[in-house]
Amino acid sequence: MTMTENSGGAPLVRLEGVNKHFGPLHVLRDIDLSVGRGEVVVVIGPSGSGKSTLCRVINRLETIDGGSIVFDGQELPAEGRALARLRSEVGMVFQSFNLFSHKTILENVTLGPVRVRKISRQQAGQRGMELLERVGIASQADKYPAQLSGGQQQRAAIARALAMDPKMILFDEPTSALDPEMVQEVLDVMTGLARDGMTMMVVTHEMGFARRAANRVVFMADGQIVEEGEPSEFFTQPSTERARDFLSKILTH
Amino acid sequence: MEAVVDELPVILGAFWLTVKLTVVSGVISLVWGIVLAAMRVSPLPVLRGAGTVYVNALRNTPLTLIIVFCGLGLGTVMNVQFSRDDLSLNSFWLSIIGLSAYTSAFVCEVVRSGINTVPLGQAEAARAIGLTFLQTLRLVILPQAVRTVIAPLGSLLNALVKNTTVAAAIGVMEAALRMKNLFDAHGDAIIPIFLGFAAGFVVLTLPMNLLAGRLARRLAVVR
Repeated sequence: MTMTENSGGAPLVRLEGVNKHFGPLHVLRDIDLSVGRGEVVVVIGPSGSGKSTLCRVINRLETIDGGSIVFDGQELPAEGRALARLRSEVGMVFQSFNLFSHKTILENVTLGPVRVRKISRQQAGQRGMELLERVGIASQADKYPAQLSGGQQQRAAIARALAMDPKMILFDEPTSALDPEMVQEVLDVMTGLARDGMTMMVVTHEMGFARRAANRVVFMADGQIVEEGEPSEFFTQPSTERARDFLSKILTH
Repeated sequence: MEAVVDELPVILGAFWLTVKLTVVSGVISLVWGIVLAAMRVSPLPVLRGAGTVYVNALRNTPLTLIIVFCGLGLGTVMNVQFSRDDLSLNSFWLSIIGLSAYTSAFVCEVVRSGINTVPLGQAEAARAIGLTFLQTLRLVILPQAVRTVIAPLGSLLNALVKNTTVAAAIGVMEAALRMKNLFDAHGDAIIPIFLGFAAGFVVLTLPMNLLAGRLARRLAVVR
């Protein structure tokens, strides 16, 4: 197994021996994984393999039963303000967008900066508009989430994550709930972020995105990391039977 | 009919007291009820337990018992006083304690059911941008929860208007007690007086119900 760390020094995130159970289900088994600064890691695997959980333990939306997770040189805080601070530094984009339904798009983007970072409303509003511009939905700023298409909502959610100036963004199946014609607009924004050097962990079924934007592909099955490597290598000659089997199922059609 | 017209200032005065009881205990119940709901969904077992015990105790005790306890238990035995010389002011505030303590338990349960309608993802997204538990509740969950339960909160307010009559039990001269006094004074006009008071309550509650319905529609959160 290779551990690519493209910028020298300590990785931004390091998981060691991480285990997680949901009742009798052992969803994460002895996970060792590091993500370097500026690295884009794509996590793929069959459903139920623990990919989403892996994503969610990094900002402690799920707690772990064993092992350790170090983010930016510090063990993940268990709770309270320290945990809130950690979360403000790790952006998260959800499958179901989860925009705040009672707030406008711009308010969604400025809530964190104003309430967590204590930036003035005016400054946060300006920066918020820049970010909405960047993801291409500035004209929707005053609408409510329910008035937007799925693709637009997900781009707003990305802007909301970016507004916190996170050190890393976690994407938990960001395009899985989208109509097919809207997948590309979201992937384009993500590809742009990857190009700009954002550290990203992306759980996805979009193999095109993985090939194009990932520095490393992590293949999971049954709660374990089965294989990891550079995308070109992984997609052309996967070394494990599990990965070959998985790829043959999704790449043939 | 004559008696109603003659006593109109007295009747209106009694209803003014009813309105004051409703507004003051309504506001206190709303605030305290929301705090109780926050306790019942908090991650701290102690707060959850305290909230549960409070709600179940108050919700399952008849209001008359609570009000009488406030008057005699708090007022007389424990000597809780709001005014040294104005007895009616004293019983006014004691009955407000009783009405608020009771109504807030129901507000809590209504708000909690509203919290349950807010998808879990909303709280996750709020926590993911670094909001604390209280910020998440205050800025994201409660605004959505309360909007979805405006109609049932309206029903609670409607019930509260009528429940203020229980304050008569400790001598608060609100509409019901005044009606009884007028019965004694005008034995020949009981039915007109009764109809006058009944109409007074309808005048108070009906617009409130309409307003709650309209607010509920206007503030509904679209998902």
